[in-house]
Amino acid sequence: MSERTANRIFDTSNVILIAIAVLLCVAPFLHIIAISLSSSRAIMSGEVTLLPVQLTYEAYRRVFTDQAMLQSLGFTIFLTVLTTVLCMAMTVAAAYPLSKTQLKGRRLLMFVIIVTMFFSGGMIPEYILIRDLNLLNTVWALVLPGLVSPFYLIIMISFLKGIPESLEEAAEIDGSTHIGTLFRITLPLSMPVIATLSLFYAVGRWNGFQDTLLYITKPELYPLQLKLYQIINNSQASDLMRMEGAGMYEVLPEGLKAASVIFATVPILIVYPWLQRYFVNGVMIGAVKG
Amino acid sequence: MKPQMYLGRYWQLYGLVALPIVYFIVFKYGPMYGVQIAFKDFNLFQGIHGSEWIGFEAFGEVFRNQEFFKTLRNTLMLNFLDLIVSFPAPLVLAIMLYELKSGWFRKFSQTVLYVPHFISWVIIGGIVYQVFGTQSGMINNVLTGLGLREIPFLTEKGNWLATYLATGVWQSAGWGTILYLAALTGINRELFEAAEVDGAGRFKRIWHITLPGLKTTIVTLLIINLGHIITIGFERPYVIGNLAVREYSDVLSTFVYRVGLESGQYTLATVVGLFQAVVGLVFVLGANFISKKLTDESIL
Repeated sequence: MSERTANRIFDTSNVILIAIAVLLCVAPFLHIIAISLSSSRAIMSGEVTLLPVQLTYEAYRRVFTDQAMLQSLGFTIFLTVLTTVLCMAMTVAAAYPLSKTQLKGRRLLMFVIIVTMFFSGGMIPEYILIRDLNLLNTVWALVLPGLVSPFYLIIMISFLKGIPESLEEAAEIDGSTHIGTLFRITLPLSMPVIATLSLFYAVGRWNGFQDTLLYITKPELYPLQLKLYQIINNSQASDLMRMEGAGMYEVLPEGLKAASVIFATVPILIVYPWLQRYFVNGVMIGAVKG
Repeated sequence: MKPQMYLGRYWQLYGLVALPIVYFIVFKYGPMYGVQIAFKDFNLFQGIHGSEWIGFEAFGEVFRNQEFFKTLRNTLMLNFLDLIVSFPAPLVLAIMLYELKSGWFRKFSQTVLYVPHFISWVIIGGIVYQVFGTQSGMINNVLTGLGLREIPFLTEKGNWLATYLATGVWQSAGWGTILYLAALTGINRELFEAAEVDGAGRFKRIWHITLPGLKTTIVTLLIINLGHIITIGFERPYVIGNLAVREYSDVLSTFVYRVGLESGQYTLATVVGLFQAVVGLVFVLGANFISKKLTDESIL
């Protein structure tokens, strides 16, 4: 076999294998979409794989007329925006002073922050703290504990260190205060990293589930992930019940569960093009400096 | 510079950093202070200060508990198997993507392969259920359609383990390629041309040029992963696990949640959490030490 044929075989199989990987990536989503658009009868009889059978929008009609679901979506959007704005403000407030190498006590402050990356009190003491602060069942229980991520803070600091000092010094000679310089010079130059980290925070909050399970028991304050978990959990429980031969469990229609999954996924997919670009950049910054 | 002058010049910076530092002290050091409930007979009504000291009594109770060792074993087992299965996947995928000639196909593949990284574990849990479920899951529908027996992917522990691992690969393999692809941009393309002139085939090229170019990244990532062998997220095992496979799916984090928040045994749960935090710290510091020795680069 000649060199050229060998290379051609390699290239072709490579393309085929990657195409298979891409298909495996997409297939589960196609199945869920198909289920969400199929009739209950088709789902029950197990006919639905990757394409809808007996097309119906009934499941989506039910999701979109479910007040609790819409309220949960609204609350999650509010929560995500609030979290992102506050997290970013606090991250900048910490990163700007800590990027100034001449600041006295900087090393100590960095140490105080970095320790928290390697040791934490754990789930129970955190829960007790939130409880003692009377934050259970408030939006703040989901916002405050994650206000500044040390990882993202370090990314921000290393970005700020890369801004030429001469620019800021020039502003200071003109009589600008540090805060004035931050707003007029530093922040406008930091937009790429701010966009990246905002997306990190926003996605983390949107997808976050553990803290909602711990801190929220009031249905009005269920974020989407918690709401969705309960819908899905219903099906897991029912699967077990069926296995054990007890049929008392109220089973939600599979189509409704699938439609709920899609309902919670679509917002992420809508912003995905931005996510992807900025996340890749962010990982690069983190990888180079970290 | 005199102190007054220094403060006069820098007070705004201290003012800015003050609030984040308060945040760290309250929400990160606060729980560390709360760790003392591991040494107290804690109950919610008496609070941290009102509860009585019991020393290491609760530790003895935890270390005599069979379930604790089961969850410890499961944590190590799931992480170790994850390392074996999920660690090579992005490496192989990155090399394959790097070998692609067509620009648009590579871009398209990357875009699609990254998607699962952005999907929450709750959603992935929902998808897993609908794809692997025994009664109505897609795969079992296909199997029964072909006249084969259905496979209890989620309710038999061995099968569940495979499902758990496969889900991890699905979620992380694409995204994991980023660091490798970044490292590969550093490889001098002329090396490939030289290799071609020398008549080196594709596999030879990968073996002698691509893989050596990734060595540092591979070693660093491997050490980081080993450092986290006792640390396990809560959401993935909690959402994908279920009662039927608790023998394997119950890990330290879900155990802490169950014992502490569902049964209200706060002291015991805190002990388990503290054990995990301390051992985890030792592992991470050890990993960093090894990384410094091997690659001259600190991962911290």
